[in-house]
Amino acid sequence: MSAPTATWTPVCRLGDIEVEGGVAALVEGRAVAVFRTWADEVFALSNYDPFSRASVLSRGIVGSRTSGGEAVPYVASPMHKQAFDLRSGQCLDDATVGVPTYGTRVEDGVVLVGPERTTQRETGQEPGTEDE
Amino acid sequence: MAHQRKTLVVVGHGMVGHRFVQAAVERGLTETHDVVVVGQETRAAYDRVGLTSFFEVGAEALSLLPTGAYDDPRVRLLLGTEVLGINPEQRRVHFAEGDLEYDELVLATGAAPFVPPIAGTDLDGCFVYRTIEDLEAIRDAAAGARVGAVVGGGLLGLEAANALAQLGLETHVVEMAPRLMAVQVDAVGGATLTRHVERLGLHVHCEAMTSAVTGEAGRVTGLELRDGEHVPAEVVVFSAGIRPRDALARAAGLDVAERGGVLVDEQCRTSDPHVWAIGECAAPAGRMYGLVAPGYAMAEVVVDALTGGPGTFTGADMSTKLKLLGVDVASFGDAFATTPGALELVFSDAVAGTYKKLVISEDGRTLLGGILVGDATAYGVLRPMVSSGIALPDNPEELILPAGRGGAELGLPDEAQVCSCNDVTKAQIVDHVAREDAPCDSPACVTRCSGAGSTCGSCKPVVKKIVEDWFAAQGREVDTSLCEHFAMTRAELFEVVAIHGYTRFDEIVAAHGTGRGCEVCKPAVASVLASQLNHHVLEGPQRTLQDTNDAYLANIQKNGTYGVMPRIAGGEITPEKLIVLGEVARDFGLYTKITGGQRIDLLGARVEQLPLIWRRLVDAGFESGHAYGKSLRTVKSCVGSTWCRYGVQDSTSLAIMLEERYRGLRSPHKLKSGVSGCARECAEARSKDFGIIATEKGWNLYVGGNGGASPVHARLLAGDLDTETLVRYIDRYLMYYVRTADRLQRTAPWIESLEGGLDRLREVVVDDALGLGTELEAAMARHVDTYFDEWAATLDDPDKLARFVSFVNAPDVPDPQISFTTTRDQVQPAEVDGPVSLGATIPVGAPR
Ligand code: SRM
Ligand SMILES: Cc1cc2nc3c(=O)[nH]c(=O)nc-3n(C[C@H](O)[C@H](O)[C@H](O)COP(=O)(O)OP(=O)(O)OC[C@H]3O[C@@H](n4cnc5c(N)ncnc54)[C@H](O)[C@@H]3O)c2cc1C
Ligand code: SF4
Ligand code: FES
Repeated sequence: MSAPTATWTPVCRLGDIEVEGGVAALVEGRAVAVFRTWADEVFALSNYDPFSRASVLSRGIVGSRTSGGEAVPYVASPMHKQAFDLRSGQCLDDATVGVPTYGTRVEDGVVLVGPERTTQRETGQEPGTEDE
Repeated sequence: MAHQRKTLVVVGHGMVGHRFVQAAVERGLTETHDVVVVGQETRAAYDRVGLTSFFEVGAEALSLLPTGAYDDPRVRLLLGTEVLGINPEQRRVHFAEGDLEYDELVLATGAAPFVPPIAGTDLDGCFVYRTIEDLEAIRDAAAGARVGAVVGGGLLGLEAANALAQLGLETHVVEMAPRLMAVQVDAVGGATLTRHVERLGLHVHCEAMTSAVTGEAGRVTGLELRDGEHVPAEVVVFSAGIRPRDALARAAGLDVAERGGVLVDEQCRTSDPHVWAIGECAAPAGRMYGLVAPGYAMAEVVVDALTGGPGTFTGADMSTKLKLLGVDVASFGDAFATTPGALELVFSDAVAGTYKKLVISEDGRTLLGGILVGDATAYGVLRPMVSSGIALPDNPEELILPAGRGGAELGLPDEAQVCSCNDVTKAQIVDHVAREDAPCDSPACVTRCSGAGSTCGSCKPVVKKIVEDWFAAQGREVDTSLCEHFAMTRAELFEVVAIHGYTRFDEIVAAHGTGRGCEVCKPAVASVLASQLNHHVLEGPQRTLQDTNDAYLANIQKNGTYGVMPRIAGGEITPEKLIVLGEVARDFGLYTKITGGQRIDLLGARVEQLPLIWRRLVDAGFESGHAYGKSLRTVKSCVGSTWCRYGVQDSTSLAIMLEERYRGLRSPHKLKSGVSGCARECAEARSKDFGIIATEKGWNLYVGGNGGASPVHARLLAGDLDTETLVRYIDRYLMYYVRTADRLQRTAPWIESLEGGLDRLREVVVDDALGLGTELEAAMARHVDTYFDEWAATLDDPDKLARFVSFVNAPDVPDPQISFTTTRDQVQPAEVDGPVSLGATIPVGAPR
């Protein structure tokens, strides 16, 4: 059964999120990163980057990567550029790492964030990637 | 009993003497011998082949031993010291100050320019063209003169003539033979060459014998020709051939060759078993060689002989290519078809001014030599074909036809000598890229490691081709695609954007890419758009392309806070502004630190505090320092002549001017600069992408330096510039870099990647070889004119400001993930494990 509607939090208007951009929202005390793709789909991940241990994922660049023959929408962490699949929260650079995702809906132009969908939450080693 | 160490004396520290010492050190001769090198010139060996570029690059860049001493303590270098005599019986050399005993003596005294025995050659204004001092004297004399003449229309004469023309003189070339470069080219080639040279504005007089130099009051006024003609000239340069400097050997009774030069055998040994001669002073089998490559080969042969090896010198490749004149001329192998039965294949296009001749063996199978005038691109491939005797293709004319393959596709055999200056074969080049241990990954790296291409440079295209072919054969084709979305390099992308006038990523990726982009191509496109349009980086759709730091106009720190770094141009700051920085840091609780770039960093700002902090700073007259951008960072300065007792120019003012000129310029990687007021170099300018050091006469401009992971010293691009010229060169240099460099490629590797390296860059920037000068300057002028402060512009725009909140639905709630500890009275990020939740009690606003 799906979660009760009471747990859906309106966070902003769709227009507040840039196309291929993200915002951070407080949902029940937790920092959630909400992204909007080129196709106007909306996804929500935990804002916490397990690699850098900072709450920053909403500030990453949104792009697409070909993986298994399909174009995967993802966000690259602004800290060290690890990529996270927007749909599953799975880290595309390290199969052992993922971040929680949340349900999303757009009603009358308002973006709502629902309950947490997965609980996989592991911390990865911080690799030395390209600096700024 | 320990072996007695022996003494080896080298007379002459020119190109060949230097190569000899290098080889002696590398091959262990210094394990048994102390080496004493005696050189008459006051400077250590320098690149005489590149002598003409002295006017552009200065003496330092030409030096082959910039530190002035060898690392090996067993080598002693006595400069400014002339050997006056040698005594092979007593094994002694004589100087003004005394004698020195030797066990082995190597003569490397080079050659002297030949000045014809005619009246007037001692007048003021007469010069030869052999040393840096000669060129300095010519430059000084040219400063007050209008007309110059060069006696001799050979390879060196044309170089000298070009130099006079570049110094602003109306220039005449007087040649005795019926054509220019008579030793290298035939009649038709000579005629074609003359047309090219005349088009450059030089006056050519062939079949003209100089009978006297005319003068007045001790100063030269011109040349008198045999036919009675008078060529006016206030500066005369003799370049009528060279004579080996064999006087020491002659006086000591050693055998000399009929036409001059110390006679030596195949091991370069003179008629005395302990005296050797190498380079231009030597005459193996009676013949002297006026090129550097044979001299280098002789140096190796003698080191070999002294270490018990079998090496011999049996003649050398006399191929030549004219440098610097802007006219392609090359001559190689049996250029005059003297081999019995040799056939000639000629392609001539009088309109285009090209003449190409191949000399082919009687059976049509092998290339024996050739002449190329007007277009010598095939030289790099043809010359090794001659020296390695590989079979010609079925249609040899394809090698010289304009639309032909140019021979580049022809496989050279492994043993083909690709670089004749440094005797490097194809197999050795392949070995450098193929070896297990520290392989070379680029043609530039091969040039550094093998020497191939490091002297005259004419073999560089072939070196590049060999390296690329090898990578391709390995399936390791150097992939230059930006990322999976763009199958092109950043430079190509730059051109595409410029040609189509794109202003948005969407348009570009739709027309030239695939997918929706990524964290590699988006910032690259953002940088290209910013360089070309100079719009605000947070304008409209541009915002989502920006890399982390650009997206917030600040530097992200490990805990998600930001560092704020206002511009402090040249490191100069007033007490009032210093106080403001202190007050802002105190009021916002920021950590304060003086950076390595002569400015002040305020760290620990939360994203929602950034606009408030900028407001305070902007009101006090600060602006963004672009510490976050791939753009100009800082121009460091020293106090310079305003305060420093050694300073010769006002380095602080120049640094501020340059920082303000180039601030905000988005570039492939960050750019740093420095200006020092004198050669003591307190601003560390030579570790910068462009560094300026004051001289008595103006400014020296150095390029391609950086610190960081692979430190590189900047190298001299041009010397003694006035401020206007300096700025013009930097404008061109930076814009050329912005256009053509790869993403995240700093200037040093970029310069290496240019075919021809620093020399090529100099051609583009200083000589304007691509004719791009005005365009690059205009692009920079556009940047300077449209500059604005990104912080102030953000403060003025509610749309842009909307992003600077902690949470979109709770803009004033601080991120609970961020917490601090205190160390030495300032904040520091505290380590926090796992996401911090505020609990459900915090009220959040409804969407607007
Ligand atoms: C603040 C500062 C250190 C300090 O406390 O002194 C600093 C801080 C950073 N440096 Fe640096 N560098 C600082 C001077 C230098 C210098 C010294 C200098 O400029 O004279 C160098 C060596 C000189 C050079 O660059 O050639 C330097 C070489 C680097 C490099 C290596 C670049 C390279 O080509 O190898 C990086 C990494 C990069 O850019 O990819 C880097 C990257 C960084 C970054 C941007 C890394 C990052 O993305 O977080 C750091 C930003 C921290 C921050 O938020 O402030 N920093 N960095 C200095 C700021 C100078 C300024 O006022 O702008
Ligand atoms: C303008 C120019 C362009 C050239 N272009 C090319 C080119 O493109 N390709 C090419 O292959 N070659 C070129 N050359 C020739 C090349 O420079 C010479 O072949 C090379 O320098 C010879 O080296 P070396 O050591 O034998 O003589 P040098 O380099 O002349 O060195 C001899 C040194 O010995 C010193 N010396 C002489 N007598 C004494 C003494 N008694 N005591 C102490 N020291 C003494 C001299 O002062 C001199 O420094 C060019 C030369 C010039 C001038
Ligand atoms: S570089 Fe020269 S002028 Fe500048 S501070 Fe140092 S000594 Fe003085
Ligand atoms: S042939 Fe002169 S550098 Fe290679």
